[in-house]
Amino acid sequence: MAGQASRNFMSRRLGLALIRAIVTLLIVATLNFILFRVIPGDPANMLLAGARSSVTAEQIEAQRQNWGLDRPLFPDQVVDYLWASLHGDLGYSFKFRGRQVADLIFERLPATIALVGLAQIIAILGGVMLGLYAGWRRGGAIDNIATVSSLALYSTPAFWLAMLLIVTFSTVSGWLPGYGAYSPSASIASVDRLLDYLKHLALPVAAVALGLIGQYVVVARAAMSEVVTEDYMVTARAKGLTHRQMLMHHACRNAMLPVVTLITLNLGYVVAGAITVEAVFAWPGIGGLTVEALNARDYPVLQGIFLLLGASIVAANLLADLAYGILDPRVR
Amino acid sequence: MTNSFPDKEPLLRVDGLSVDYGLKGDPLRAIDGVSFELRTGEAVALVGESGSGKTTTAMAIAGLLSPNARVSGGQVHYRGQRLPIDDDAAMRPHRWSETSVVFQGAMNALNPVHRITKQIAEPCILKLGMTRGEATARAIELLELVGIPADRGVAYPHELSGGMRQRVMIAMALACRPSIIVGDEPTTALDVITQAQILKLLRDLRSQLNLALILITHDLSVVAESCDRVMIMYSGRVVEDGTVAEIFAEPKHPYTKLLIASIPNPANGKKMIRPIPGDPPNLVNRPSGCAFHPRCPSTMSVCTTEVPRLGRFGHGRVACHLHPPLQENMVTVHA
Ligand SMILES: Nc1ncnc2c1ncn2[C@@H]1O[C@H](COP(=O)(O)OP(=O)(O)OP(=O)(O)O)[C@@H](O)[C@H]1O
Ligand code: SF4
Ligand SMILES: [Mg+2]
Repeated sequence: MAGQASRNFMSRRLGLALIRAIVTLLIVATLNFILFRVIPGDPANMLLAGARSSVTAEQIEAQRQNWGLDRPLFPDQVVDYLWASLHGDLGYSFKFRGRQVADLIFERLPATIALVGLAQIIAILGGVMLGLYAGWRRGGAIDNIATVSSLALYSTPAFWLAMLLIVTFSTVSGWLPGYGAYSPSASIASVDRLLDYLKHLALPVAAVALGLIGQYVVVARAAMSEVVTEDYMVTARAKGLTHRQMLMHHACRNAMLPVVTLITLNLGYVVAGAITVEAVFAWPGIGGLTVEALNARDYPVLQGIFLLLGASIVAANLLADLAYGILDPRVR
Repeated sequence: MTNSFPDKEPLLRVDGLSVDYGLKGDPLRAIDGVSFELRTGEAVALVGESGSGKTTTAMAIAGLLSPNARVSGGQVHYRGQRLPIDDDAAMRPHRWSETSVVFQGAMNALNPVHRITKQIAEPCILKLGMTRGEATARAIELLELVGIPADRGVAYPHELSGGMRQRVMIAMALACRPSIIVGDEPTTALDVITQAQILKLLRDLRSQLNLALILITHDLSVVAESCDRVMIMYSGRVVEDGTVAEIFAEPKHPYTKLLIASIPNPANGKKMIRPIPGDPPNLVNRPSGCAFHPRCPSTMSVCTTEVPRLGRFGHGRVACHLHPPLQENMVTVHA
């Protein structure tokens, strides 16, 4: 039966995609490892850089042994690194002395997921629908407005949008806070605290969402304008369907194919955060942590963040693969 | 097979239909004063070179003119009722219930993301108000009617061959029991054997369901066995119209003669279609008089100035100054 065959094919596809994801992740992790070894400077020196007093050769040697840096890079160190990473052991931060990198990252993760996740939801709901509608009614007033403004938003750097938002809604009007996640004076009461948090979240979310909306409108519109020229849309019209039925039953599903792929791939960046936007708003997320780590040359933290970024992008690719397989019978 | 008694109002009557494309200031007249009738169960072939207005004629009848098209003259009557062919929304009830279309096989006319049963059942649900179950049962019945086993109903279009897809298209066209089926080059993209099978299927269904058929084709050889009548179009006008037997045995119009002479005939080693010399006419600046005069081997001076009227001739009609129409009062047989 056709159904059985396509199910078998589906599970084979799934298996292949999984293997591909795992191999990619191993390569990403290894490259990540190599990257931080080829950066000039002895890691042991850097480990001790925080110590103001003079460092002796013995101390360095002790550190090298302590961190396993005296052993051969390959295979010992690589294997160690991969094994440790697999267990969530990402090493210790230089800057935040003695703190586990994994702990630092997980501490910052919720703020980033709140920021980028919320922005994604808003952008998906608004941008995709607007883009699909604009493509459906190509040349209409809404299309013209949506196309011009989304191209403008799409091509504006996020930090610039962020600064414009701060100037307009924070500095000049004072409507919304433009710095940090909480007011210094915020009470501990949970409801007030949540409201305060949401207020602080508003502008960063707007900055990230506007850029994404621009992107989604452009892609959804392009996909829809292609779909409306397809022959099966002529068939749908010939069948006597109303415009609404043509849109809902035939156009949207097909136009969503490239859009869903883009959205799923974008989800990979939810954890990486919006580095520039977080920096402008001093938002305490992964993006902010990245900037802090960069300034302090905190390689273990950067290495951890890169690994997380790599892993989430690989996971998003896997998800995009699966989603496409579900939506488009041709690739099952 | 021909049902040519002028006993009652024809199923479809097209009177002086003209359709323009494009801007009001500089329109392209795709069809210019097309008139013909179609009777219940009758099969008419629409033949002519690319750009002669075959699709435009058929789409006008099916109420499927594109948004940039404008009906600049004439009217269409279906069962005695005037069709609002230039009103997209008003034509909706007519579509698929009265006239359905089988598009070219190469066209991606089926939606790639829906199973074929669903696509056949869709108009039954939306137009006939069937429940999903009833519609699915009807879809499977139709699939079997066109020779597709019921268990293939779960397939997606890409899982089927071109011939099978065209069978699905035909099953879909039958869903709402229409009286007219338009086939716009329905076999063009198919290999010769599949082409013959699809044409046979159309013939069988037509006699079984008493369907009228408008078959658009470049290929005159297809016409002989599938149709009762042939209508030759040139530059948006009907230039000749007659029974298949008449047209093949005794073509009147010089263009029809050249068309028939150009049919490839493997028996005498003529495998390639011999093109008719000269360029297809420019529709924006149609040649004056008879649009065929720049290419016609028998052009006379009147041809360059006066558009020949499509007059009755024998059992058919022809528009050529070589064949002036018979006196009206002498005409005893309808067109
Ligand atoms: N939607 C449209 N917009 C503008 N011009 C059109 C449109 N559809 C058809 N035309 C033009 O109208 C003329 C007649 O086209 P039509 O499609 O009716 O011809 P046809 O006989 O079906 O040709 P073919 O054999 O190539 O399918 C052509 O010159 C074509 O370019
Ligand atoms: S009207 Fe004149 S030009 Fe036209 S087909 Fe007849 S003879 Fe030729
Ligand atoms: Mg055509």
